[in-house]
Amino acid sequence: MFKLRNQELIILIVTVVIFAGFSVFLDKFFSTGNLLTLMRSVSILGILSIAMAVVVISKGIDLSLIATLAVGTALASVLSSGDVLPSIDLPFIYAVILGFIFTAILCAMTGILVAYWDMASVFVTLAMAGVIYGLGRTLFIRDELNYLPEDAAWLEYLGRGQLFGVPMPIICFLMLAIIMHLLLTKTTFGKFVYSIGDSGLAARTAGVPVRPILVMIFILAGTVAYFAGLLTAGAISSINTRMVAGSMIYDVLLVVVVGGIGLSGGKGGMHNVILGTLLIGTLLNGMVIMDISFIVQNLIKGIILLLAIMTDTLLNPRDEQTTQQGDI
Amino acid sequence: MKFKALKLIIAVVAMLLPLNAQAEKMGIADPARDKYYSALEGKKVAFVPLAMGFDLTEGWYAGMKKALEPLGVEMILRDPNWSADAGSKAISSLISEKPDAIVVHNPDVQTYAKLLRKAEKAGIHVVQVNMKSAFPTDAFVGADWIEIGELVTQKVIDQCGAGTSQKIAIVQGVLTAAASAYQLRGVSNILEKNPNIKVVSNQAADWDSTKARAITETTLQQHPDLCGIVGFWDGMDIGTGAAVKEAGMHEKVFLATSGGGGKTGCDNLKNDIFDVFVSYDVPGQARDLSNVVKSLLQSGNKPGKAGKVSLFTQLQTLTKDNMASYMGSGACWTVESLASN
Repeated sequence: MFKLRNQELIILIVTVVIFAGFSVFLDKFFSTGNLLTLMRSVSILGILSIAMAVVVISKGIDLSLIATLAVGTALASVLSSGDVLPSIDLPFIYAVILGFIFTAILCAMTGILVAYWDMASVFVTLAMAGVIYGLGRTLFIRDELNYLPEDAAWLEYLGRGQLFGVPMPIICFLMLAIIMHLLLTKTTFGKFVYSIGDSGLAARTAGVPVRPILVMIFILAGTVAYFAGLLTAGAISSINTRMVAGSMIYDVLLVVVVGGIGLSGGKGGMHNVILGTLLIGTLLNGMVIMDISFIVQNLIKGIILLLAIMTDTLLNPRDEQTTQQGDI
Repeated sequence: MKFKALKLIIAVVAMLLPLNAQAEKMGIADPARDKYYSALEGKKVAFVPLAMGFDLTEGWYAGMKKALEPLGVEMILRDPNWSADAGSKAISSLISEKPDAIVVHNPDVQTYAKLLRKAEKAGIHVVQVNMKSAFPTDAFVGADWIEIGELVTQKVIDQCGAGTSQKIAIVQGVLTAAASAYQLRGVSNILEKNPNIKVVSNQAADWDSTKARAITETTLQQHPDLCGIVGFWDGMDIGTGAAVKEAGMHEKVFLATSGGGGKTGCDNLKNDIFDVFVSYDVPGQARDLSNVVKSLLQSGNKPGKAGKVSLFTQLQTLTKDNMASYMGSGACWTVESLASN
């Protein structure tokens, strides 16, 4: 089904080796309970990586994903809590829809700036992260920590429930990966995404509506991130907007790059995201079991990201064709 | 001579009599009263927290506003939103604006130390809240983190005596934060006295509830016989508690944590997310802060010249069963309740 490129083969081997090593040397690592915990703890990261992957395949990057996730979800919970709209007793499900509209509009703005102003996505999304967070916090969200209202039980089921013994976030992650896989491989939209990633200029010459597609890509990524935010909130019945200032966006990049989606665009798919998520999940889980200190954990993650980017550069060298302004 | 003196006394008494009669009718004037009000009227007090938007800082600010603004004190708020750099800039610009006092919430012991010295030299009283700087100023108001670490650990160890697995886990905040580092010292103090206790996991969750949750999930998988967890902050330990509860182990695993003592913390006690919640009583701290500012402004002392005082907060150890009795002394507060009269 998938043709593995060299890079993917390397990562697959690395994952299998680490996984086997942990299974042999770490007590209780290879147990159904721990493997489900492992997958569960990275499934939100995996969903965010799905969002990032789509953007990276189109040769962009979206650094505003965490801001979208946190502000959109916090907005939904604030709207239904009665703090912002005290006169209306807004059911949570409507608040979720309003949160979606808010994120969609802002993501469309990002897309328009990238597509129609020809600005580099790395700068646009870096700035938009600040705009999204600032707008949300000034206009609506007074507190950093926002609790879900009581009628959000369905979301709590999605965030912490189980189906046939499998935690719901894992199911959501896999379902979303399948849907995105079909979207990328079976639809015209998907083919356009890859062609834009390969070469925007060639795609435009061939008649691909590059600009509208780019806007759609950013809205799609933002929507997936918003869904990841809802799941996060469901898992702990609250959402903390402070996560915007955290390092999660780098973990997302780590999954995408380590998974083997080339930063030069046009390559990779959902199997890379799943592979990357599994590798990072295995590592994180193993490091917690070994009780490795936080600083050393960050060091290990940093080294792995560097190694992955080095491999990426070795296997997909830059040349005049693939380099463009704003390229990361 | 004697007669003269007697005459004088009679004259004075006679003069005072009508006054006394008037006092009976009108009450007496307090000679120190005007001094109090005039010392505070028109003064400016600036507040530089780590960030607004979370229970501690919102609570302090609301409490100070409520106590000081009716006295004619102007409150200035500079919110650096978790950036130590923005905080330094805010303090620098305040030094040139010269308010009468600055209430500052340090990100760590070093960053603001020089600026705080400069502020006092410029004639501004500096009060530090909850997080100490290496440079002691006129006053410190806040929790004794080492005491909190000891108290929380002791509560967990009390539940994990002989006959249990004696395995505990520690969920720290950010390693570099003073609040986390000092608490860890308190934890170590108690652990040294209890060599039987095994710390099976000692991880930093970055004050992030999602990370705390993932770490705890893994720890519980690895050690299903875990006896207790020492948490470092209630906002983060929502995640720790959620993982314990989801594993169906909240009856077996004892979770103790600490925080500002707000309503959400109490709700988490009620819902069996936490077993013990050590509160550093934000309403009490807000009152301490306001009173320290009031006394500094009245004292007439030059900033930094008089003795430096520390007011460690009286801690409240809340549980599901006793929290109702603490509500009268400010536990389970909301920002609204602190702001309203």
